[in-house]
Amino acid sequence: MAGSSASQQVVRTGAGARFVIYTILILFCLYYLVPLYVMVVNSLKPLGEITSGGMMSLPREWTLAPWHSAWSTAQVGVEATGLRPFFLNSILMVVPAVALSTFFGALNGYVLTKWRFRGDTLVFGLLLFACFIPFQMVLIPMARMLGLMHAAGTVPGLIFVHLVYGIGFSTLYFRNYYQQFPTELVRAAMIDGAGFFTIFRRIMLPASGPIAVVCIIWQFTNIWNDFLFGASFSDFDSQPMTVALNNLVQSSTGVKEYNVHFAGAILAALPTLFVYIVAGRFFVRGLMAGSVKG
Amino acid sequence: MASTTDTHRDVPQRAGSDWLRDALPKLVLSPSLAIVLVFVYGFILFTVYLSFTDSRILPSYGWVSWLNYDRLFSIREWKIAVVNLLIFGALYIVICCVLGLALAILLDQKVRAEGFIRTIYLYPMALSFIVTGIAWKWFLDPGIGLQAVVRSWGWESFTFTWIKDSDMAIYTIVIAAVWQTSGFVMAMFLAGLRGIDNEVMKAAQIDGASSFALYRRIVIPQLRPAFMSAFVVLAHMAIKSYDLIIALTGGGPGTATSMPATFMYSYTFTRNQMGIGAASATIMMMSIAAIMVPYIYSELREKK
Repeated sequence: MAGSSASQQVVRTGAGARFVIYTILILFCLYYLVPLYVMVVNSLKPLGEITSGGMMSLPREWTLAPWHSAWSTAQVGVEATGLRPFFLNSILMVVPAVALSTFFGALNGYVLTKWRFRGDTLVFGLLLFACFIPFQMVLIPMARMLGLMHAAGTVPGLIFVHLVYGIGFSTLYFRNYYQQFPTELVRAAMIDGAGFFTIFRRIMLPASGPIAVVCIIWQFTNIWNDFLFGASFSDFDSQPMTVALNNLVQSSTGVKEYNVHFAGAILAALPTLFVYIVAGRFFVRGLMAGSVKG
Repeated sequence: MASTTDTHRDVPQRAGSDWLRDALPKLVLSPSLAIVLVFVYGFILFTVYLSFTDSRILPSYGWVSWLNYDRLFSIREWKIAVVNLLIFGALYIVICCVLGLALAILLDQKVRAEGFIRTIYLYPMALSFIVTGIAWKWFLDPGIGLQAVVRSWGWESFTFTWIKDSDMAIYTIVIAAVWQTSGFVMAMFLAGLRGIDNEVMKAAQIDGASSFALYRRIVIPQLRPAFMSAFVVLAHMAIKSYDLIIALTGGGPGTATSMPATFMYSYTFTRNQMGIGAASATIMMMSIAAIMVPYIYSELREKK
């Protein structure tokens, strides 16, 4: 995106206009940054400074105590465990769910573009529409099904749910990407006697790096940030981070420890923010592919 | 598809391996297809079916015809939820598009540090709606947030209590949701702007078109596909809004910020009115399908 920007602008803008443009752009930077500033600054000050109307000021007394509390001692639900066990739950859930859905997405994309058959567009359409259904529509039967599978309220149960509802998007990514991949190469390999899996392993996979990154980032962000499935299908022991964070903030019975809430919110945001900052380019491409297809 | 596995034992080995080679791609695809058919489409049918039954705390199969729908539309909270969705959806889509387009056009003027600014505009999209909700919940809280801060700066009479006000709370959800998504809409429009042919613009400029006319007459009409995509994405996100409401207002004050998604959850799992919950989910499903099916259909047809 950045590369093509050089020659784009043809509207001539004078110094005055440029001043206005920069002012507006910077004001909006502030708008987008204020909530982050609020979270960071207030997670580093004692509670008294927040409740006395100092939410926007820098801490007078800097402290890491809210972070410590959010991570390991805050009351989440019944026990004072902090958010740490739930952070681990989220990791245990995200890693297999992302790996599996990406793997199936790659295989599906490969079949749908290089081994086309009658009705393949219909199959793809079915997979695609599945990405956009309101999940309220599957909550009731899924709860029953997880019960039947003895996976209700467990991390593997959540992994399964995320795999099921993640396959559509991974297939979409790999299908759109493989569509650009020269089919002649695949034909040539077939004539040389290479089989289905050999072609996949030797020809398609080595060329799949960029889309795999996009797909992994998308799935990681979505599954890490999921709340609805986590809230519906987990027990206290298997709650993901978002659900535990919400409990921490909503259920605090005594004094509301805003500084701890903000520290917890940042903890929940860190993994996805990290991915965004390190691999922003791929993140944006993933977002775009998920909406403006192809 | 699975039933044909037995037949190839009867045919000679060679033909068998040919058959396998032909069927392998479909076999590889079939688990995903089966999963989606059962867990998406099967479940959808099941929920639609439940919406016509007397299910309460558990699924039950006594047929009650349209009773749940009749009752649904007479429940006050559902009316509130639908009106909220219309208000929220309209404002969310319009503001995100206007803001996204404006920022994209400004960013497209050979701005310095464009990449840096883009990063700042887009990072909220990486956050969970729960995190966004918590940040805005306390920022808008009259006791400690904006109102308290402005008052501590000396403007003693400043009042901003939308989040506690039944009539205004829905707009705080718009504020937080726009904050989260508008940067992404900006990125969509920016990509669209970068795809426009420069020559047309140059020609128009030589003909003496002003910048404003240039954008209004030539650039914005060419962004139609970007508008379409933005509309589809935003509309479907609006209908599915759940996490943000839970974290920001919890649906309150009272039921003032209920939306169909929170209504469905509370009626199904808290109030044990599963039949009504299923009916509300079905209505959500229909509205999303009305938007997504034509979109997906046209996208898939264009591809061919």
